[in-house]
Amino acid sequence: MSEKSKKIWVHAEVVDGKIANVAFELLSKARDLAEAMGEGTEVEATLTGSGLEKEAERLAEWGAKAIYLADDPDLQMYSPLTFIPVLAELAAKHQPDIYLFGATAIGSTLGPAVAARLKTGTAAHCIDLRINEEKKLVALVPSFGGKVIGEILCPNKNPQMASVKPGIFTKKDPTPVPVRIEKLDTSFLKKLDARGLKPVNVVRRPPAGLPLNEADVVVCGGFGVGSQENWHLLEKLAEYLGGATACTRPAVDEGWTDEHCMVGTSGQSIRPKVYIGFGISGATHHICGMNESGVVISVNRDAEAPIFEVSDVRIVAEVNSILPLLTEAVKPKF
Amino acid sequence: MAYNVVVCVKPVPDPKHYDKVTIDPVKKTITRTGIPTLVNPVDKSAIELALQLRERYGGSVVVISMAPPNADEILREVLAMGADEAYLLSDRAFGGADTLATSYTLYHGIKKIEAAKGFSFDFVLCGSESADGATAQVSSQLGEWLGSPHLWNVFELEGTSEEAFALKTKMENGYMEWVGYTPLVLGVAREIRKPRFTSIMGIMKAKNKPLTVWGRADLSEAEDTYLGLAGSPTQPGEIFSPDLKRSGELFTGTSEEIVGRVVTILRSNGVVVGG
Repeated sequence: MSEKSKKIWVHAEVVDGKIANVAFELLSKARDLAEAMGEGTEVEATLTGSGLEKEAERLAEWGAKAIYLADDPDLQMYSPLTFIPVLAELAAKHQPDIYLFGATAIGSTLGPAVAARLKTGTAAHCIDLRINEEKKLVALVPSFGGKVIGEILCPNKNPQMASVKPGIFTKKDPTPVPVRIEKLDTSFLKKLDARGLKPVNVVRRPPAGLPLNEADVVVCGGFGVGSQENWHLLEKLAEYLGGATACTRPAVDEGWTDEHCMVGTSGQSIRPKVYIGFGISGATHHICGMNESGVVISVNRDAEAPIFEVSDVRIVAEVNSILPLLTEAVKPKF
Repeated sequence: MAYNVVVCVKPVPDPKHYDKVTIDPVKKTITRTGIPTLVNPVDKSAIELALQLRERYGGSVVVISMAPPNADEILREVLAMGADEAYLLSDRAFGGADTLATSYTLYHGIKKIEAAKGFSFDFVLCGSESADGATAQVSSQLGEWLGSPHLWNVFELEGTSEEAFALKTKMENGYMEWVGYTPLVLGVAREIRKPRFTSIMGIMKAKNKPLTVWGRADLSEAEDTYLGLAGSPTQPGEIFSPDLKRSGELFTGTSEEIVGRVVTILRSNGVVVGG
């Protein structure tokens, strides 16, 4: 007699009515995990929001064979009071073996809350996932700002849960599969006591230029950039190169830019073809978010800066002696 | 209306010294000898918020921590900032807890304080994440154990009327606005308030403030199934330090020469320059 078929779930987060890229990244990884788990392991997805029937089908393009869709005007905006019961209920009913979330602003709170409701374990902000010989999920998790990587297992409880930041896994090519969309009866939402907390509005302030995770070139600045004026120059350089600007925590603290472009354990993970860092010391928090970059070029006046340890090219110099010249050199000529 | 606030704090090794964190090659454990312990930085923002709520509306500020016995020093520091009293949940039975077990222990600590005081806390505040583990999961899971609405990465909280609060949480490329009524469990971002400096007077006063230590026997309502390492659904496996070293070719010469070589690298990687 064959064993009960196993299921790997991905929660597909929705941003402004569209499925977020991280969902496709997770589905791509889930397909690898399913292969390692053995024949009969299915990849499935959960989707919560409003007006998502068309979007649901897109999940099938990335290999989700079943989609559990909770579609209701009350789910238009994320609220812990509605999303958590929906997902916890679904997982309790269908018993997935593994359940993955994007470690986004919403996923980072939704995942652990669902885990708490199911009394199971979840590994946060994983940098890799694999299946071991016991067919259990092994999550690799950074701590101490990325200085240490530890394995986290959830040996005795299901689902084994994990969250992964956008950009950690590569989105594979679509491989459409026949899909079964299962619509959830959401009438119970009306009966929930949701008076204590109401989502009112989502305000987007998209940063200028390319999103960090789509740029082939990332120009990153730290405290050593020295001034707002230099920061503008840095942005010009990124613009001329058709890339994006990134920063470390000290540049945010100095007020030159805001947190949305921060790279590292408490910011984004990036993997551009070329990373050029100016005035960055190289705290492990930051390195953890950029070490997957193709070529790493670093400019810092301190020859001992830790960033040089993880660089392909070391330039020991003042930011001022390189940044204006480089910006001029790559400026488009008409 | 006065608000009673409890703030969860965690002692962490000073993030400035993470380069000294090593792994014992034999025992496969983390060594952090010589690294000072401090209050998790963002927890201080949570304490500041609590103090300002008390200053504006009245009420009380209690701090709670699940930590080894020597965390009393950290708690004295928090009391010196202005908190009214502190509770330390400390017992070998709590050790090795993952986020679910940690939040469960804190939940029972909070329940016991509430029972002793005869009220329920209006706000349960945590820093959004700890500097060491940075899972950022405890506030959400604590909210679930308590059965209260919870929000994470809250960077604004303002009272709008007698009872409602306007809140903002961070989102990718923006933020989300909320209206909330207490009780609320909040994981706050450091922007929420800038922590005040501790005054000498504060340090003097802190010496006489109550600091209660509770062990396993004190949390009699808690079940062993959810406590400590044994009660943690996640279990640690191997640990290692990532080797991220790169060749690090040193570019020397005049600035013009260096820039020329950088441009060559950009071109060879398919980046259009001067186009």
